[in-house]
Amino acid sequence: MAVLDVDVKEGVDQETVDAVAQLSGAYKYGWNDDEIEMDYAPKGLNTDIVELISGKNEEPRWMTDWRLSAYERWTGMSVPNWAMLKLADIDFQDLYYYARPKSMEVKPKSLDEVDPKLLETYKKLGIPLSEQAILAGVEGAVPDEGRKVAVDAVFDSVSVGTTFQKELAKAGVIFCSISEAIREHPELVKKYLGTVVPPTDNFYATLNSAVFSDGSFVYIPPGVRCPMELSTYFRINAENTGQFERTLIIADKGSYVSYLEGCTAPKRDVAQLHAAVVEIIIEEDAEVKYSTVQNWYPGDAEGRGGIYNFVTKRADCRGDRAKIMWTQVETGSAVTWKYPSCILRGDDSQGEFYSIAIANNMQQADTGTKMIHLGKRTKSRIVSKGISAGKAQNTYRGLVSMHPKAKESRNYTQCDSLLIGSECGAHTVPYIEVKNNSSRVEHEATTSKVDDEQLFYCRSRGMDEEEAVALVVNGFCKEVLQALPMEFAMEAQALVAISLEGSVG
Amino acid sequence: MALPQRKQDATDTRLAAVTLPNGSAWLTKARNAALGRVSVMGLPARRDEYWRFTDPTTLVDAAAIDADVLPIEDNPEFSKNDALRVVFVDGVFDAAASDDLSLAGVTMTRLSQAEDITWAADLLGTLEERGQKPVERPLAALTTAMATDGLLIHVTGQAERAIHIRYDRKNVGADVSLHHVVKLDAGTTVTVLESGAGAARFASNMEVDVADGAAFHHVRAQGRDHGRRMNTHIFTRIGEGSTFKSFTLSVNGAMTRNDCIMEIVGDDATAHVSGACVGDGEGFHHDDTVFITHDAVGCESRQVFKKVLRNGAVGVFQGKILVKHGAQKTDGYQISQSLLLDGDSQFLAKPELEIYADDVACSHGSTSGAIDEDALFYLRSRGVPHKTATTLLTLSFLAEALQEIADEALAEDLRDRLAGWLDRHQH
Repeated sequence: MAVLDVDVKEGVDQETVDAVAQLSGAYKYGWNDDEIEMDYAPKGLNTDIVELISGKNEEPRWMTDWRLSAYERWTGMSVPNWAMLKLADIDFQDLYYYARPKSMEVKPKSLDEVDPKLLETYKKLGIPLSEQAILAGVEGAVPDEGRKVAVDAVFDSVSVGTTFQKELAKAGVIFCSISEAIREHPELVKKYLGTVVPPTDNFYATLNSAVFSDGSFVYIPPGVRCPMELSTYFRINAENTGQFERTLIIADKGSYVSYLEGCTAPKRDVAQLHAAVVEIIIEEDAEVKYSTVQNWYPGDAEGRGGIYNFVTKRADCRGDRAKIMWTQVETGSAVTWKYPSCILRGDDSQGEFYSIAIANNMQQADTGTKMIHLGKRTKSRIVSKGISAGKAQNTYRGLVSMHPKAKESRNYTQCDSLLIGSECGAHTVPYIEVKNNSSRVEHEATTSKVDDEQLFYCRSRGMDEEEAVALVVNGFCKEVLQALPMEFAMEAQALVAISLEGSVG
Repeated sequence: MALPQRKQDATDTRLAAVTLPNGSAWLTKARNAALGRVSVMGLPARRDEYWRFTDPTTLVDAAAIDADVLPIEDNPEFSKNDALRVVFVDGVFDAAASDDLSLAGVTMTRLSQAEDITWAADLLGTLEERGQKPVERPLAALTTAMATDGLLIHVTGQAERAIHIRYDRKNVGADVSLHHVVKLDAGTTVTVLESGAGAARFASNMEVDVADGAAFHHVRAQGRDHGRRMNTHIFTRIGEGSTFKSFTLSVNGAMTRNDCIMEIVGDDATAHVSGACVGDGEGFHHDDTVFITHDAVGCESRQVFKKVLRNGAVGVFQGKILVKHGAQKTDGYQISQSLLLDGDSQFLAKPELEIYADDVACSHGSTSGAIDEDALFYLRSRGVPHKTATTLLTLSFLAEALQEIADEALAEDLRDRLAGWLDRHQH
């Protein structure tokens, strides 16, 4: 295990240091498959490229026009610079906006016909053989029984296959690539696409709207509890490509779905761009859990290479009693710019955001959430743990907004940061906007003020203050990990075997 | 970098209306330099990050808006204190109402009469200029350029009495800029009190250089005239083992923006800034913006801000603690709270931390909500009338901020005024 050569503050135990050191070691997923033949669109971005991407996906005209208008809009926008990130200017004309493995052009009949390099890639990713066949697009491949996670893998720009489609279809669930959804379910896509993150939303979201090449689409019909967890796996492989995936999840009335997202990328000396958009629509009484373990290549110890991760994620709780839960474990990317948000429109709707962000070496993370309370008695909870080591900068940036009509709403925000070593930085930038008085908003970023009532209870049972604080803070940290579905909890625990002792606001 | 066109236009228009006051050569130089800073930075606009909650238009416009004059109280703030009194009426020094400017331990001159005062020439505008990074404060530079008067206070020992600067007003339309400079030599102490509404539109800068082991105490009560608008800036540099404490009470006023920019450069120093404000009605907008930079080891900073708001009043708090690389053993505390007495008021806050040192204990808390129903019920059940109970609970909410005032008599004076205000503004 690599030894982390830093002066460690008293009170931070060795386990913590080791866990971070382990993370700072060689990037496990960093192989690249140069031999996989890729089909690229020419470098740069113009209306022709947008038309070409749309054409490759065999999209109807309305979709092409939607993209073109986003592109028009994008040309007039400038790169946002408000985040606490130092990064070199990105030359958006020096990127490939479309790359797909060549073997995808004609559907292979069996695994033997699949590009062996592609299969090799799946194997390295740990995807079972039978699922590899499906992911590789082999016609008539049947999934194994037993494993109950439906996977949609996005390799550079295109979805290479979705598993368990038939079983899901039995329950009425639609889980496919977004390009397929545009062709097969245009009425749903037309109705929902861009309604949560409009094409005009922000620089990166607008860029994504113009050039997204694929992504996942999920529709859960009314009253259906999705029979298995859905998972998307993203991987950037080709050099100088941007990956722009678009995810659209619709949970109709009274439905439930748990969605997992994982990401990796090969080691490259040059920074790669990832600008995704995730839109979630949650109708009355529906519930969505969205969990991410983001493990993009973070660049090397000197800050060369790595993924620039600019993601717009937003959930719209449209119906009453709708519920969204974001859980993220952010350990990768050279730069993370990500604010999974909740629009709590329906009365009694709930939003939760649990985040662990670990930044090491030269990584920079500017991440957090937005809780926009519009409906009555809406509740939100934010628990954010930021850990910085090496020369990394970790920023929590969040908004809690209580609109005048969001009567009797509640928000509780807890941000803790832990610094390991004296070269790194931890920052907190919360925005709090309260526009009615029946709502309560609490923002805390201190271990000594975690929750006075809980502390008082522990104290009254004979614990000393430090013990009590440790117990309460430990409880919070567990909460983030427990919020993850089993599928991810193990991986996340390995990534975050980190105690919160000595944490500071 | 070129300014956005709209900002450039607004700045050009405003600067075209500026006539710099006359003064000695060094002062003219400082004023021109400040004006230069304004034209480079441009004047604030709503889209600027540090003006997102407060519309700067009425502070920036060339013409000030008239504000009705409230009669001066029989018993104005701090009148029980035996301080040396300096009175400005609509920004003009009132010799008759003021005491003689001589005070043991202090050398004091007015800015408008300053000739070659070396220490002031070295200091005036410099702390303001340092405070422009990393966040620009163009209104402060504008005030440096336009200030017609102010006090140059050089503290050379233990000041015998406090210095009380009172800003009275008579004119409904006065637009006033004042600039004070306070230099504390090593080991000295002084207390500066400020009170009054000042003008229809009042801008003030106070640059405070606190040398090693010195102590500066500042208590301010901003006048209660409903229509008045003001923007104030305090820039301070705090040396080793020294103390800086500033408290501001704000009552009423259409627009108040108080910026406090503190830089701790010496080890083991203490910097406290706090404030309480009460506002009633949609016309009330109050903004506290604080930026504390820790650039030394073992220092303590504290920010305590409390706001009581009703009938559409808007309270803003933007506070930042920046702990620079190497500023170990920093103890930074920040709390901002609002009590919303009804459903129409707003509290907008941005409590920031930016930390580059690992051995620190920095914390911030921010809450917003209504009066605690349980506490109210308890008091009612003990026979306390609703109105009295509300006042009691509101005062207890404000108490943490008032406790930041070291001098109990001054704290008591302000507490009584708050109680009076709450009585008048209960329904």
